[in-house]
Amino acid sequence: MQKVYTKIESIVGNVITVRATGVKNQDLAEVTTKSGVSYANVIKLDHDLVSLQVFSGAQGISTGDSVRFLGVPMRVSFSDNLLGRIFNGSGEPRDNGPALNENMIEIGGPSVNPARRIIPRNMIRTGIPMIDVFNTLVESQKLPIFSISGEPYNQLLARIAMQAEVDLIVLGGMGLKYDDYLFFKETLEKSGAMSRTIMFIHTASDPTVECTLVPDMALAVAEQFAIKGKKVLVLLTDMTNYCDSLKEMAITMDQVPSNRGYPGDLYSNLAARYEKAVDFEGAGSVTILGVTTMPGDDVTHPVPDNTGYITEGQYYLRGGHIEPFGSLSRLKQQVNKDTRDDHRALMDAMIKLYAAYKESVEKKAMGFLMSEWDEKLLKYGSLFETKLMDLSVNIPLEEALDLGWEILSECFEKNETGLKSDLISKYWPK
Amino acid sequence: MDNNRGRVVSVNGNMVNVEFTGAITKNEVGYILLGDTRLKSEVIRINGNTASLQVYEMTGGVAVGDEVEFTGELLSAELGPGLLTQIYDGLQNPLPKLAEECGFFLQRGVYLTAIPDKDWPFTPVAKVGDTVVAGDTLGTVPEGVFTHKIMVPFNLLGEWKVLSINGAGTYNVRSTIAVIENDKGEKKELSMVFEWPVKKAIKCYEERLRPDETMVTKIRLIDTFLPVAKGGTYCIPGPFGAGKTVLQHLTSKNADVDIVIIAACGERAGEVVEVLKEFPELIDPKTGRSLMERTIIICNTSSMPVAAREASVYTAVTLAEYYRNMGLDVLLLADSTSRWAQAMREMSGRLEEIPGEEAFPAYLESRIAEFYERAGKVRLKDGTTASVTIGGTVSPAGGNFEEPVTQATLKVVGAFHGLSRERSDARKYPAIDPLDSWSKYEGVLPAKEVDAAYKVLLRGNEVNQMMKVVGEEGTSLEDYITYQKGELLDSVYLQQNSFDPVDAQVTVERQIETFNVLYDILMSDYDLRDKKDVRLFFNKVRQAFLDWNGTAESDKSYSVRKAELITLYSEKKRG
Repeated sequence: MQKVYTKIESIVGNVITVRATGVKNQDLAEVTTKSGVSYANVIKLDHDLVSLQVFSGAQGISTGDSVRFLGVPMRVSFSDNLLGRIFNGSGEPRDNGPALNENMIEIGGPSVNPARRIIPRNMIRTGIPMIDVFNTLVESQKLPIFSISGEPYNQLLARIAMQAEVDLIVLGGMGLKYDDYLFFKETLEKSGAMSRTIMFIHTASDPTVECTLVPDMALAVAEQFAIKGKKVLVLLTDMTNYCDSLKEMAITMDQVPSNRGYPGDLYSNLAARYEKAVDFEGAGSVTILGVTTMPGDDVTHPVPDNTGYITEGQYYLRGGHIEPFGSLSRLKQQVNKDTRDDHRALMDAMIKLYAAYKESVEKKAMGFLMSEWDEKLLKYGSLFETKLMDLSVNIPLEEALDLGWEILSECFEKNETGLKSDLISKYWPK
Repeated sequence: MDNNRGRVVSVNGNMVNVEFTGAITKNEVGYILLGDTRLKSEVIRINGNTASLQVYEMTGGVAVGDEVEFTGELLSAELGPGLLTQIYDGLQNPLPKLAEECGFFLQRGVYLTAIPDKDWPFTPVAKVGDTVVAGDTLGTVPEGVFTHKIMVPFNLLGEWKVLSINGAGTYNVRSTIAVIENDKGEKKELSMVFEWPVKKAIKCYEERLRPDETMVTKIRLIDTFLPVAKGGTYCIPGPFGAGKTVLQHLTSKNADVDIVIIAACGERAGEVVEVLKEFPELIDPKTGRSLMERTIIICNTSSMPVAAREASVYTAVTLAEYYRNMGLDVLLLADSTSRWAQAMREMSGRLEEIPGEEAFPAYLESRIAEFYERAGKVRLKDGTTASVTIGGTVSPAGGNFEEPVTQATLKVVGAFHGLSRERSDARKYPAIDPLDSWSKYEGVLPAKEVDAAYKVLLRGNEVNQMMKVVGEEGTSLEDYITYQKGELLDSVYLQQNSFDPVDAQVTVERQIETFNVLYDILMSDYDLRDKKDVRLFFNKVRQAFLDWNGTAESDKSYSVRKAELITLYSEKKRG
């Protein structure tokens, strides 16, 4: 039985209330207005007063518009037909393809039992040396890219989407500029990666509520594919917009803000999403790479701060490249012992030398005399930055390691690198 | 008595208001009936005939008018043999068993019994006709290496007479092993299992003692400079990435206690998995058995329902107190108490209480104090001493220790191990800031000498600050030596390489031996001409010291390296 209610009691922000009975928490409803039909979901019940948040926003809703409860929670269609498709935050097509209604699955499902998790063990190759060599991405890892507005983080995500060795990419866009949406679409179409990509896109001009649904949609779909044995990489950009939407909605709901206006459950909300990253024993996996823009480049801002406590490391994107310092993949130890025997040692040695290079640069800037050693470091630093750090470099891990040895041999004597002699005799270019 | 029933009248996130008839108790457990699914919840406020319940599960699908069943019981933990080696969620659901039943995902509304259904060889201690009170031992069963005491349930008031008790033999954990009667003629059949409300501290001991015995963690910085006592409390605040969890894992492996309870409260699931997979493989040097045999894990990770996160720390401390009452030393590691405080904050917001600082509820401090006060060293009725030690991590927002949870915790703990971003960035582990941190407990070394060494560290740091302004040239040779001594103390004693099999855990005997050599180095004067000379000398001493640190006591070169070090610095010693 689906009753239609035609009296809306109140409209505040994106939340409307109606008097209705027999409604379940988090159920979906259809709101029919003059300008069309929008979905809404139940967020609060108080006796017969039902509060719903309207996905397309409450603008233009009249108190006489009709509300029909569907008796099911928010769901998304799941099948192979999703591949190559683009949807909005309500799960409606954004491309010109048909709407999908088959095999609906619930979004925001339960958490994985910790006893069924396994220790991560497979590396994901991205072809980007700053990731593969220095901070390896591991299957089932959750990693944010900490960045500031203006950095090419979407370009980086698009590169990863094209190059990463995974079966499937799910891209969740939140508050994207329309240009960025088109950029993703065109880049992926041109590279041929679109056929293994599913996009859930909320652009900056779309309704706020849809923004908060994007991660749930993307992750629910990713999780189902993973259970079917697929290796899925979920790219989320930008999680700060997601948090800002949560903030907006919490404040319109009169919730007491905790820190800089963000709701007290920000940590739990972020964790529930990031913790969807998992490696299913005997099936596939979900890996999450998100973008978190730091307002004012401040890592103590509530969004990056809470994110840092949840994720397994972070990449800092600064000045157009992934910073070797501060960036950290907490899981890299699980995999970089099995790649090549020089991987760990070379990684450490190159980072140490790069740190020394930074000191030399500082000394130079302060007008100190450059010693012979400083000159060597300066040469090394510039080679390192152009050949390895540049984001356009796309080479497999082994080649990147060889390139690392080449750079070292171009700049230093063997004993200046701090590497063990047996590795030097094996890999030092002759 | 028929259980009370009620009906849902409103739903707001994980808070549900219920209209009821009859009498209900604050903090009693109720179940919301959703068809076949029953959602566990706890009464947290009563107003007229409306009760507010916090639901330990997601509330999707709950409707106004749904039936609620009240149990009349407070939220309780099951106590009995078989708790060790278990992995529970915050409500004491065994997770591996849940995985067998429900697969990959945590299905809501599935509650399993906490104590495994198992037979135990029972040896009676009490005899028919004995008079017993709550906490007295009826008999024992062997649980791994421990003698698990089967006690008279802690909630029985007054004196009871043993009417019958089973002889030695193997019985099921839930079968009756004894019958007791009080002077009112009430009879109770007792099994090996009973329940206790988690939010109430277990007493049943003679008296509380001052924590005066050091709990050795085999981490030099902690045992020597910032000791923790058995029965004491300490906290580890630190920004993300500073190594809180790694430090707790190290402690859980090495701590000199009988039982370790790890409460992973609102943190990453991956970290729990590491413990789950690693501990069964590791051998406890004290007992020669797997480390898992002395461990209980309570894990309510960040993506599991928030209300159960609050319950998880209470469940953990209740289990700790239970084993303490058997005469054991128990260590409870809670990671992280900030997530627990945040769970309280979420609920407080839903109850529309007037918020305190950063929207935390006004009762935050008293709750934190109440929790840490459940630690303690006690003398039991049979004269033995036992203890519960609590170590909690704090995850302050933005790494700023001025926030409410850190401040409330600092008021009630006996030791403060503050982790610093600077030290972890400089790869100095453990990243405990030796200058900011403090401890009120006694360490394994004489306080006078430790203080003197600490002064060198302080003074060295002062010189270092000064040198940043006036440069090396403007520093006197004497000050420069002090600075180098401070650096030496830091690099060879405070820092410890947790990846080095020898250096990762250092026994008390070795700490004393190492410290005595170091103390001599720090307190001596040297014949050194200039700063270059000083630098070279201390570099050599450091290298020799680190080589010695990395050598196992059983190794032949151990005494050689020690002698080399002593000769090296004695040559330059003045007088």
